[in-house]
Amino acid sequence: MSIFRSLIRKEVLHLLRDPRTVTVVLVMPVVLLLLFGFAISTEVNGVRLLAVVGQHTDETHRLLERFRSNPCFTLEGIVAPHEADDLLRQGKADAVLVLRTDGGQLTHQVITDASNTNLAQTATAYIESVASGESSSPIVLHTLYNPQLKSAYQFVPGIMGMIFILICSMMTSVSIVSERESSTMDLLLVSPVRPRTIILGKLVPYFLLSCLLLGLMLTLSYTVLGLPFSPSALHVVWLSLLYIILALGLGMLVSTLVSTQVAALLVSGMLFMVPVIMLSGMIFPVENMPVALQGVSCLIPARWYISALRVLMIQQLPVRHILPQTAVLALMTLVVLTLAAKKFNLRK
Amino acid sequence: MKTSENVISVRHLTKRFGDFTAVDDLSLDVRKGEIFGFLGANGAGKTTAMRMLCGLSRPTSGSGTVAGFDIVRQPEDIKRHIGYMSQKFSLYGQLTVRENLTLFATIYGMPASDIRRKADEACRALGMDGVRDRPVRDLPLGWKQRLAFTAATLHTPDIVFLDEPTGGVDPATRRKFWEMIYRASSEGMTLFVTTHYLDEAEYCHRVSIMVDGRIRALDSPAGLKQQFRAATMDEVFRIVAQDARRT
Repeated sequence: MSIFRSLIRKEVLHLLRDPRTVTVVLVMPVVLLLLFGFAISTEVNGVRLLAVVGQHTDETHRLLERFRSNPCFTLEGIVAPHEADDLLRQGKADAVLVLRTDGGQLTHQVITDASNTNLAQTATAYIESVASGESSSPIVLHTLYNPQLKSAYQFVPGIMGMIFILICSMMTSVSIVSERESSTMDLLLVSPVRPRTIILGKLVPYFLLSCLLLGLMLTLSYTVLGLPFSPSALHVVWLSLLYIILALGLGMLVSTLVSTQVAALLVSGMLFMVPVIMLSGMIFPVENMPVALQGVSCLIPARWYISALRVLMIQQLPVRHILPQTAVLALMTLVVLTLAAKKFNLRK
Repeated sequence: MKTSENVISVRHLTKRFGDFTAVDDLSLDVRKGEIFGFLGANGAGKTTAMRMLCGLSRPTSGSGTVAGFDIVRQPEDIKRHIGYMSQKFSLYGQLTVRENLTLFATIYGMPASDIRRKADEACRALGMDGVRDRPVRDLPLGWKQRLAFTAATLHTPDIVFLDEPTGGVDPATRRKFWEMIYRASSEGMTLFVTTHYLDEAEYCHRVSIMVDGRIRALDSPAGLKQQFRAATMDEVFRIVAQDARRT
């Protein structure tokens, strides 16, 4: 058996006999993906709406009928003006639509409970769009790529961008540091095994595990979460493999900088998680950030990966549209791996 | 013994970390088949010196050979001719006794045809036939220690470096461990041992005592006791190390 194969075998046996790691690595991402895909959503449904009608006309009837038939709203009923305020304050309704007819001209007013700003803003926008349908020049809305505005579409690239960075860098950094803590790393380093072989012996098993994870995540995304399947899935695969290698390299780099497993976990867990969530565009659009933060976000690999994934998975554009992101990720991978290998080889 | 060749021969080895001189002008010869005790208080520079000899650490200055290879230019060749057992007990806890032996034998480049036979022989010699398929982490510390020694010597290296191999082990196990060291020495291996236990120093052919990065005394245990007019190695050590600043 070659040295390389025996190192891989060692690592695989280690993983198989410590099923906790594998469980965390495979189960946690799936839970996250399903949570964000189903439970957590930025969509606003079932806005509880009250109506205050000054004077009942055909026009107000038609308008209220439209709210009744719209699944985004639950029309709780028509109430008197003084009741509306109380019900809103008691939290029994989310918004009130006040309709007045002055000289044959219908005007409307929207009152919302803005204790939840997101809900209030979205509800107002919905109400306006439904109410303005009655005006003379209706605006025809056409949302490209995600016509139903499903938030699963929005979250899958983000979750994948976060999961691979976290899981891959944690796995490699913790596993390398634990070998250093138990000084089995010293045994490998004093042996005739080349540092290159030691590094590959560490990275290859975790790369294979990450591939398994990638397969799992993509299968779930394209089946359970219902992302539209297209030939671009192939590009998603190689792009993700590049991203995984980058993340493994980051883990290796972390392992050369810290000396305990806890530190490795904290660095790759916390130090990577916060910027990925805040600055990668996973949740908050990069374009809306202050310019300085936009600059910082350019250093975050997840930003490029997530943006490329959106192009491939949701817009399903041809591969030439992700060339800039791919180039940046490839460059980052090269730099990280070179740095990590250099620091790892260093004889102290 | 005096006439036999030196397997370790270093001159003026120095290792600095920034302003701190961990090892200061170390010159040393170790003969083939010798059990060489490398003593010193905590922080005296023992581990740093040993890491330089193993090719794990590059000396700031100085030169020398280990197993006939230059420690600065040929560390990779040195690695093929040494075994190493580190301070902490270190084998792969999740792997079984036999898997550990096989892994290290492979890593040290033993031919595949020998590995199986040698590993089985070693299990028998250790009295671990019954547990050879059990994960190492379940074994008592003394067993792990003896197993780690076997893993470091299975490929019969020229020199075995042992960094505090008996730390935290009971006296009976230490005794067994030293029997293994003697056996290895009688098979022609050279053993370079650091230890805190001064009774163990008595078992060595020659002993050096390091204080603040420098070797202060070097001779056979009997020679040292005579030189410092002491009854035991314990006393010798206290006399030599009394003015140590780094403790």
